[in-house]
Amino acid sequence: MLHIANKESSYTVSTDRIEKRVVLRAPRTRVWRALTNAEEFGTWFRVKLEGAFTAGKWIRGRLAVPGHEGVMLEMLVERIDPERYFSYRWHPYAVDPAVDYSAEPTTLVEFHLEDTEGGTALTIVESGFDRIPLARRAEAFRMNDNGWTSQVKHLARYVE
Amino acid sequence: MSSKGSAAPLFAALGDATRLRLLGRLSADGPLSITRLSEGTGVTRQAITRHLQALGDVGLVRHARRGRERVWDLNRKRLEKAKRYIDQIAAQWDDAAERLRAFVEAKP
Repeated sequence: MLHIANKESSYTVSTDRIEKRVVLRAPRTRVWRALTNAEEFGTWFRVKLEGAFTAGKWIRGRLAVPGHEGVMLEMLVERIDPERYFSYRWHPYAVDPAVDYSAEPTTLVEFHLEDTEGGTALTIVESGFDRIPLARRAEAFRMNDNGWTSQVKHLARYVE
Repeated sequence: MSSKGSAAPLFAALGDATRLRLLGRLSADGPLSITRLSEGTGVTRQAITRHLQALGDVGLVRHARRGRERVWDLNRKRLEKAKRYIDQIAAQWDDAAERLRAFVEAKP
């Protein structure tokens, strides 16, 4: 993590970690089910998972994300702490069907839930990017340069 | 410099604690000479020079003459580029979180 600051601006360059916090206007029980029931997870995440989330077990499914339909997604569930914490490992940006990512390091995805006024505060953390092979990161970086931004816009239009 | 050919070396250059400290120092107080950059670090001037050259090779720092000494400064634009890999994955999480929001708020 590198914090860059001068008089005009300040920003943090983390090449290892993403953290996102959202407040959802729904009870914690509801959010918990959407995260840890594999079928519900698949609905909003857009993946068709086979089986259930079980700590210590792999779960697999095929992506239903526009542009990456049918790509196999594999998640290794780490910890399920009811209505408070859920975590799994996976291969980030593993969308090239021609590449076998299984021998590469994984990132850790964590969901933290807390009650807050008007609903549930959800914090999503994905960490461990610094262990991802340089070539793999460079590849995703290139894909970005080649128009990932327009892909995201396309995705947003599709959702709305 | 082509960003395409140099993405992997860029990440490699960032993956070192001493180099990250040098970038942080230049960000706060740069431009600085190698003498100033090595003060109080316990790292030799020769090692600092090598790290600066590695950062310079990928365009993260640049040097200039100030009087008789050579000073090094940060290239902020280049650093912004290195951030993009993580930014695009963050953008995917933004999308996913908004779909989760629509899902839980619409269906009790």
